[in-house]
Formats: sequence, C-alpha cells, structure tokens
Amino acid sequence: MNARTRSDWMAPVKSGLMGGLIALLIAMVGLVEVSVKRPILTADGRILLSVGQLLLLLPIILMCYKAVQVFAAGCEKVTDRLGLLATGALSGFFASLVLAALVLLGRVINLRTVFIRASPDLFNTLTFGLGLGGGSVVLLLFGALLGGLVAAITLLPDRIRRPLVLGLALVPLAAILTSALFAGRGFSVPVALLVGVVAAALTFAWRQTQPKLQDRVAALSPSGQRTYQVFRWLLPVAIVLALPRLGAYPSEVLVNVGLFVLMGLGLNIVVGFAGLLDLGYVAFYALGAYAMAVLTSPEMTWHGIHLTFWQALPFAVLASTSAGIILGIPVLGMRGDYLAIVTLGFGEIIRLVFLSDWLKPFLGGSNGITRIPKAVVGSIALDNSPKLYYLILAGCVVAAFVAIRLKDSRLGRAWMAMREDEDVAQAMGIDLIKTKLLAFATGATFSGLSGAIFASKLTSIYPHSFHVLVSINVLGVIIVGGMGSIPGVVVGALALVGLPELLREFAEFRLLMYGAALVFMMLTRPEGLVPEARRKLELHEADGEV
Amino acid sequence: MLRRLLRRVSGTTVFMWLIGIAMLVVVVWGVYATLSSGRYKASDWIDLTVYGIAQGSVYALIALGYTLVYGILRMINFAHSEVFMSGPFIGYFVAMALSQSGFFNRQPFVSLIIVLLVAMTVSTTIAVLLERIAYRPLRRAPRLVPLITAIGASYFLQYTFLGLFGSGIKGYPEVAQLKGYWPFPGTSSGILRTQAVVIVSAFVMLAILYVFVQRTKTGKAMQAVSEDKDAAALMGIDVDRIIVITFVVGGALAGAAGVLYALLFKQVKFDMGFLPGIKAFTAAVLGGIGNVNGAMLGSLFLGISESLFPNLVLDGLGLPAPYQLKDALAFIMLVAVLIFRPTGILGERLAVKKA
Amino acid sequence: MKRVSLLMVIVFVAVIVLTACGGAKFTCADPKGCVDIAPKDPVRIAYAFVVSGGDASLGTDTKRGSEIAVDEKKEILGHAIELVGEDELCAAEGGQTAATKLAADPKLLAVIGTNCSSAARAAIPILCGAGIAMVSPSNTAPDLTDEARPPEYWCYLRTAHNDNVQGAKMAEYAYEKGFRKAATIHDGSLYADKLQQVFAATFVQLGGTITAREAVGPQDTDMKPMLTRVAATGPEFIYYPIFIQAGGHITKQAKEVTGLENVQLAGADGIFSPDFLRAAGDAVVGFNWSSPDFSAFGAGYGDFLAKHEAKYGEKTLAPFHAHSYDATMMIFAAIEKVAVKDADGTLHIGRQALVDALFATKDFQGLTGTLTCTATGDCADPKIAVYVGQSADPDTWNPGADADSNPMKIWP
Repeated sequence: MNARTRSDWMAPVKSGLMGGLIALLIAMVGLVEVSVKRPILTADGRILLSVGQLLLLLPIILMCYKAVQVFAAGCEKVTDRLGLLATGALSGFFASLVLAALVLLGRVINLRTVFIRASPDLFNTLTFGLGLGGGSVVLLLFGALLGGLVAAITLLPDRIRRPLVLGLALVPLAAILTSALFAGRGFSVPVALLVGVVAAALTFAWRQTQPKLQDRVAALSPSGQRTYQVFRWLLPVAIVLALPRLGAYPSEVLVNVGLFVLMGLGLNIVVGFAGLLDLGYVAFYALGAYAMAVLTSPEMTWHGIHLTFWQALPFAVLASTSAGIILGIPVLGMRGDYLAIVTLGFGEIIRLVFLSDWLKPFLGGSNGITRIPKAVVGSIALDNSPKLYYLILAGCVVAAFVAIRLKDSRLGRAWMAMREDEDVAQAMGIDLIKTKLLAFATGATFSGLSGAIFASKLTSIYPHSFHVLVSINVLGVIIVGGMGSIPGVVVGALALVGLPELLREFAEFRLLMYGAALVFMMLTRPEGLVPEARRKLELHEADGEV
Repeated sequence: MLRRLLRRVSGTTVFMWLIGIAMLVVVVWGVYATLSSGRYKASDWIDLTVYGIAQGSVYALIALGYTLVYGILRMINFAHSEVFMSGPFIGYFVAMALSQSGFFNRQPFVSLIIVLLVAMTVSTTIAVLLERIAYRPLRRAPRLVPLITAIGASYFLQYTFLGLFGSGIKGYPEVAQLKGYWPFPGTSSGILRTQAVVIVSAFVMLAILYVFVQRTKTGKAMQAVSEDKDAAALMGIDVDRIIVITFVVGGALAGAAGVLYALLFKQVKFDMGFLPGIKAFTAAVLGGIGNVNGAMLGSLFLGISESLFPNLVLDGLGLPAPYQLKDALAFIMLVAVLIFRPTGILGERLAVKKA
Repeated sequence: MKRVSLLMVIVFVAVIVLTACGGAKFTCADPKGCVDIAPKDPVRIAYAFVVSGGDASLGTDTKRGSEIAVDEKKEILGHAIELVGEDELCAAEGGQTAATKLAADPKLLAVIGTNCSSAARAAIPILCGAGIAMVSPSNTAPDLTDEARPPEYWCYLRTAHNDNVQGAKMAEYAYEKGFRKAATIHDGSLYADKLQQVFAATFVQLGGTITAREAVGPQDTDMKPMLTRVAATGPEFIYYPIFIQAGGHITKQAKEVTGLENVQLAGADGIFSPDFLRAAGDAVVGFNWSSPDFSAFGAGYGDFLAKHEAKYGEKTLAPFHAHSYDATMMIFAAIEKVAVKDADGTLHIGRQALVDALFATKDFQGLTGTLTCTATGDCADPKIAVYVGQSADPDTWNPGADADSNPMKIWP
C-alpha cells in the first residue's frame, strides 16, 4: 500500500484521458452545442450550469471516480488520503487536457471543414468564455479541482456520502425532468439547494427508519397485515389510473409507451417464451393498423364497408392472427438466425407491398389512409391522449393477464421447453408445429391489437410508419426489460420509448444515445432491468463458468 | 412404403409445397408473358445481368464480413453495415483533399489506392474496436445479448458519424478515365468502366480471401475456431487472436467494398450502410451463413435477381412500377429458397443445430 | 414557528395587493384565448421539423432558416425571442407527438412546421385545437390548403408552394419545348407521388403521352435496371421530382444507360440544392429543375447564405431554408401587428387574432418573393421557373437569370 510504482500513476492518467476523450466526443457530435442553452442552474436569468456543461462534466467525473476506485481497491480503509486526492486531481487534469488540446488545435487549423460542430461557440463554452490562454489554464485547473472533489467525496463516511451524492444527482435530474415535462426553465440556486437538501435528508431519514418500518409491518396483527397488503396494491393501481392527470403531453408519451408494451408483450411470447427470434414483428402491427384503416376510413370506397372502431377491431386482430399463422408456416423448419432474417424480410415485404403503386387503389400507397375515425365509448370519443390512455391501458391489462396465465400453463411450459432445446422438447412429446404456430399467432394478435389502436389514434397511417426499426425497437424493449419477464416489458418500454420522449431536446441525438444505452446495458446488465428469475439464474451460471 | 411416406407428409409440408408450386407458376407465367411481349432486346437482358453482377460483387464483399464473424462467433454483427460506411466516409475526406490539391486528377489510380487503403484501415479499426469494446466481454453471454449490443453499436456509430460530419451528402470525385464503356460482347453499348473495375477488384479480393482462408495457417486456424472453439484452443490456437483477425479481415473487405460502392454510386452518407448491410446479410443467409463460398454465391445471386427479376417476372404479371418492389422480391426469394433448403444454398454445414 | 407564519401571511397579503394594483388590467376578448408575456419573458415560438433519421437534412435546413430569422430579428416589441423545437420524424406518429407536446405549452404562440405532409396531417388538428398558429415551410401536398380542407385546419398556412402549381409548370415547360413523350419516376414519398401525378395529368391534357410511370425506393442505389426499363419505352423527357439521394443516383446513372444518353432529365425543388450537384456529378450539366424564381429572391438571399455559412460551417442542405426564414418572419410580423403592449411592457396576444393576422398577410417581402396568403392558407409566391444546370461544381451554386449563374433560369 505504501510503495507506489509508476504503473499506479499511469492508471489515473489513463482514465483521465479516457474521460477526456468521451467528453471530446460528446462535444464534437454536437451534444453540447444543442444543450448549452438549456439551463439547470440559473441566477438572475443567467445560466450557471447548463445541460451541455453537465454532459461534458459527467464522463470526467465518472472516470475520475473510476480512477479513485482503482486506487482504493484492495484496502480496507484508505490511509493514503493525500494520494487519493492526488489521483482524482491527476485524472481530472488529464481529462481537461484533452479538451484544452482540442481548443488549441481548433485555433490553429480550421477543424470545421471536416468536423462541422467544431464551432467558435463550442470553444467558447470549453474555455468559459475567457479566451484561449486564460481559458485553457482555468480549464485545466477546473479539471484538477473537479477530480479532487470527486476523490474527497469518496472519503466521506458512507452515512453522509450516499445522501450527498443522491442529492447532487437528483438536482440536475429534477431540473431536466421538469423542463422536459412542464416547460420549466431550470432551477435557481435556492430552489436547487432546497431540492438537494430535501432529497438528501429524505434518503438519510429513509435509511434510518426503513428497517424499523419493516419491523413494524411484520409486527402488525393479521388484519393489519391484510390492510397493508391491500394498500400496497391499491396505491400503484390508483397511481396508474391517475396518470393522465399529468397533462396531455405526458399522456401522449404514456400512450406511445402503451403501444410498445402491447407489442412487447406479444414479442415476449415469441422471443422470450418460445425463443423464436422474430425481427419482422412490425408486419403484424402494420396489418392490424391497415385492417383497421381499410375497414373504417370513409376514404376506402372500393369495398363499400364502413365499420366503427369497435366493429372493426375483431377483424383487425383476426387479420393479424391469421397472418401470424400463415407467415409462421414457411419458417417452421428454420432456426435461429435464419428465422431472424426471414422474419425481417416479411416485415419489409409487407411495408413495401403496402407502399407499392400496385396496391395503391386499395391501400393508398404513399398517400396512406387518412380520416380513420377515433374510437367512441358510449358517448365519449377517445379523441385525445388522456382518454386514449385508458383504452391502451385496458388493452395492456388484458394482454398482460393473458401472457401471465399462458406463462405457467401447459402451453407456456411447452414454449419454454422448446426455447431450451427443440429436439429434447419434441422427444418429450411436444408438438413443435402446433406450439410454434401458437406462439406466432399469440404474438401477432397482441401486435395487431396495438396496430389497430395506433391507427385510430393517429387517424392517418402511412407505410413509412412500419419500418423495420420498429421491430428492432420492440426487441430492444423486451431485452432491456428482461427477456421473458412481463413487468420487464413495461419497464423496457418506459426506458426505451418513454425516456427518449422526455429528452426531446436532444431529438437529433436520440438514436445516438439509444445506441450507447443499449451497448452499455448489455455490457453491464445483460439480464435486463427486471429479469425473469430463471433467466437471471442462467446468466449467473454462465458467469460461474468463466 | 406409401404409408411411411404419408406419415412423413404432414399438413404443413403440403402447404409449403403448395406455396412453392404457386410461386413457381407465377414466376413461369410472368417470365413467359414478359418474354413473349418482346419489348426488351436480348442485349437489355445482358445489360441487366451485368448490372446485377456489379451490385452483387459489392454485396459479396460486405456479406463476407457477416459470414466470417457468424462462422466464428455465431452472432449477427449488425454493426457491420457501419463498418462498411465508416471507411469510404473517412476516405471521402482524403479523396477531397487529394482532389483539391490537383493530385487526384493527375494520378487518379494512385489516389484511388490511397483512398482504398485509408478506407480499409478505418473500417478495420472500427471493426476491431467493436470487437474489443462491445463483443469480447459478451463471449459467453446468451446469443441475443451480443445481437442487441450490435444493434446498439450500429445506431451509435451511425449517429456519431452524423454528429461529427453532418447529414449532407458527400460525393466522391469522378475519375475521367473511368467514364464511358469498354467493349463487351452481347451488351448494348459495352460494359461500363466503373462496373468492370468494381467486378474485377471484387473478384481479386475474393480470390485472395479464398486462398487466405484455405491455404494459410491463420486461415486454417480460423476454420478450426469456427468448427469448435474449445478444441481449437486445446490445439494451441489463440482463439482471441483469431477472432480479432476475423474482424480485421471482415473490416478490411467492408472498407474496400465501401470504396467500390463509392466508385459506382458516388454518394456517401451516414446512413448509407443500412440497406446494403441488410441485403448483404440476406445474401449471406441465402448462400448459407458461415460459409464463405455461400456468401459469394448468394451475393451474386441476389444482385442479379434484384436487377433482373422485377423486369423479368413482375412486368409480365402487369404490375406497375416493378422496381419499387425490388427489395420485397429479394426477401420473397430468400423465403422461397429457405423453404426448400432451410440452411441456404450451400449451408449443409450448419444443418447441425446451433440455436 | 409563530414568526414564520406571520411572515407568510404578510407575504401573501403583499402579493395579493401588488397584483391587484397592477394598473388597468387587460381583458382578453379573443375567442381562442390570449397569451400574456410578462415584461422580462421571451416571446416563444417553436419549430416542428424532422431533425433525426434519414430525412434529417431537410429538417436541419429549415431549422437553420428559422434560427437565422430569430438571430436577425433579435427581439419583438422589447421581448427576446425563444425558439424551441420538436422532432416530427417525417411521420404521422412523430407529428402527432410533437404537436401534443407543443400544444401543452400555454405560452407558445406559433409553430413553424412541419416538414413532411404526413406529419402535418396528424399535427394540424392538435395544434389548431390549442389555438396555436402553424406555418409550414415545406409541406407541399395539395390537400392541406385545398378548398375542401376540414374546418379543423383553420390555423394552418404554408410558405411552400403547392404541388399543383409546380407539377403543372414543369409539364407546360416540357410541352412548350417540344417534348411529347415523357416518363415519370417517384420514390414512394407523398411529395414525389403528388408532383408526378400533377405533371402527368397536365402533360397528357396538353397533348403529350406518358410512356412509363416508375417508382423506386428512397434508399435504392442501383437505378440502372429501372432505367433500362424506362429506356425501352423511348421517352424524350424524364421527370423525377424526388430527393437528393435517389435523384442523384438516377441523374448519374441515366447517362450510363443505353438509349437514355440524350434524354432530357428533370426534377423539382426537392433536389434544387448544391448537395445535388455533389450527388449527381457531371451529369447535372443540362439537367432541368423547377424551383421558385430566384430572380425574385432579392439581395437578402445572398446575405442569408453568408450568415448560414458563418453560423453552421456548411452550405444549405435542402431547398426550403428560405421558406422557413420567411415563415418565421411572417409570424414575427403578425405578432407585432396584433400584440397589445401594457405600460409595464407585458404583451397580450390573441390567438385567433394572430391567426387572422397571418391569413391577412399581404405583399410581405420575403426571401422567396412577395407573399400573400389566400383564404385557405397558401402564402407562397408561386412564381415557378425552370433552371438548367451549368456546372457540377457545388461551389459555383448560384441560381439566377444571369449568363454565369448556375443553375441558370431558362423559362419562362
């Protein structure tokens, strides 16, 4: 612990440079440029800390933290406090060195002919508007200071550190969230302090009282226990029912999330339960939507049938279900990746055929189908998102119920057996053809339902809405949530569909961050956010092997 | 005998045969109708075939990247389309610099080789970084995990390029010596010089790859690793090194494919990789994924049919604007082939289950 | 504890008294409500453009047009201008989400957008429902400003020219120049499909024949097979009003297909951009575009381009930046016209009044010409000219009627 070799000093330099490079990338793709005017902390209308600056700081802070962790690793208690602080400062210094180098380079040659975001504005942000010389020195000092601070925080006792870090993290999060949802304008310093202190105090208090509360619950009388359980269930239900109260835009986001939850529940059966990798799931979504549109839109005059939403719904769902079976038959003999590419092909075929001039008289071609009526319940037209929310919620609840019941049924177990090993499953007397087709059909049904609601929500649909990226997104939803896990689908949809909606100011970078998040997620938590118990076990077994 | 046959023939098999026969009837009818209409000259058909071969040879170079990685890691490297995009994208800046200094016009072929080398280096670097950062830690994870990682990496790379270099279209400088035709029998005006160059260079590279995989020690080690990783490791093969080499080879081929693509089509853009990537992967599956020869064959087959079939089949059936359905047709063909050969044209090797 | 509550009571009373004594209160008589902007608050407008995905260049281009307008205007009646934005994804679902989010903002006055007509169809009912004025710089689908448009489109206007105008002009030009056999190609987009329909209908009406009507995918690269098919029908003129990527491929490859070497190629304003020169290369020499008459684009346009280059480090990406600039400026002018200013600087803007003011726009001097809005919201100055390509060098891009312009106006 005392004898420090050269390599010990290389580690912080390395992580510092890494943090600097990530910050550099963030700056050069333009993330800073778009968000530098979005305030987190303000004072008298001036921006003290913007989202853009925070984005630059974040990788530096994380990498400094990593360096400090490496330094402290293997010690019960860090004795060399000065060394620890120096490690943090060193890594922060090198991180800012990368940025300073960029500024210097940008002044010497015109980077903008290649890197379009290397604008004078960006350099101004990086140097705190102090010009090249002074700005670079301040930048370097600031980096070192920041690194030192990170190290200092790790030195604090656990009891204080956790609430402090939480408070620090919560303030920008809350500021961004409120500005995304309610068009707020960042926090002023006192408000930020208040939010931070309250958050910290609450965490502190919760950590103190939580064990006691648990004891208290355990000590309740049986009837008290029952009330407690009922309350525990009623509370979330009440919250879910009350969500549209948040306003039209949050409801809109939730409806979009709901559409993906429905599709996710279906694909979860196909991929998560039965292990059939389907990349063309959007085909059934498209079919459901188009069936709904063709049957209800007054524009479609070639067949002379004009149904209402509820009359058309069974047909739309039925169309998807039968398509699930019909498209399922040719791929019965295919496995794994062959299946993946063929289903991807199906998705594209459906989209291209719907778009084609050939079927234009029947399906509208590029013009799409417009004037699709909204759903009407009783005398209430579901014409805005807070009302539509309940429709999609009902759909999701039904689908989730079916999925949960199926999971532990004979069929569900057959699916899982098939997922684990087709040949063994067949040997055990499982009819592979029937089981597979049932998986495809159930999955397609949910997707068709989602598509039908989608069509009536939008009132106009176009083939472009059914791109292969939708399939990939749904797959992402179930993977991020946790394969085979039903609550996971909800969490996954919230994370992949809901969260990007909230970060709309980064619209241009949504897919960039989506990609980075997927990679990061798979590297750190491949079992998903809410893993299914069996799958988690499998992954841990795999860990054991390595 | 008959009874045993009947037992083997289930409802679904009959259904599939019916689909197959229906497809065949439609195709034959379409071809007959088109040809009997006599609207196209024989030279038109040969032209279309040549266009298809040029497109197919670009697919082949990309498809090999998919198939090599699949053969060894059993994963679809979805981000390979971005490996393909990155090379010519960076190469563009070199080409533009050369063009502005006047060197490109004086020495077009030297310049093209410089651009090619740059593109191959960039693509290789991206491929190796992908393997190192995104895939290596997941070597033992369930198969869907690296697939999702690859999809994520694909998005990330695509939009990083968009952010760094902008969304405008970048056009490669044109080579004056490569304009016009070279005589070629059967065609209406000869073969386009760019296409000739693309076809020849693609075939040279494919031949080099073939020799590399079949004859060299490293190539044999690659085959061994794709057969059985653990056994190969026991035989003293450094599996990690071989996997890196696979990504290097795949990346270099993709970079080369990118430059050939730019030579044919001139434009590079951040999302240019997506469609060729999907097509090349389709081609790899068509040929039998994991099989190097299959990838080449599948690519040429796909290229030619994309160019030929809409006109040959759909025209006769009276469909308007058949080339709009080109991609749909490519996928239908994939389905048709896989119905009767579920592991692709040359894919016996994968008949053993790998799922 | 007591002291705190006392303090709170005092503050509470003070607030009530202060608000009550705020002078003569403005009463809003607007049927759609008013937006009040406090003295130090900015005037907020928004864009709804496609800024991600494959069509990002179209959205980025128009977004920059609006941003430059905001930079130039700096302030309205002493208030700063805030431009917020949403991504409409060039799709109906994107347009709906973007509109829902924008409509939830009570301080938002007007929206510039959308780019794509499909997004517009989903967004218009929502924004109009919230009384927010909407001016699109690049929707060209005829139905959006048709006589028969639904009443819930009452808040919608556009500075882009209607497809009905542009497609017909190109047909007239082609017929006038002696072409009698034409082929059309579209890419499955609403824009291209509508334009080629209008072109074909007008051309046939004039007495020409359409030999082939083909379609491609916007991401397709190898167009030679499709062009071989077109060549077999023997057209003299090929019209493909599509976008840069596919348009570039067709232009370049048409010169390489036997039988099409000398056919006149033509497109619309979707490819009227220096990026198209980059994409198509030498084949653009002799190419025909229909586009707004740039001789009506005053000196202001040159200034605009200089500002654009300085601010973004690249040339304009698509053809609608000037329309976007005009749309933004038109909104500013309308706000200035209807805003009522209190003594303390608070602005009151009636929503219906703002929309009415926009519809009343007359002889507005914009970059794209002199804008006058019709009762259905078509504000463009539809002076369409046909241009011919002179050089493939994007740096020479300078549309005009002079002999050294590239592209050069040749008709009318």
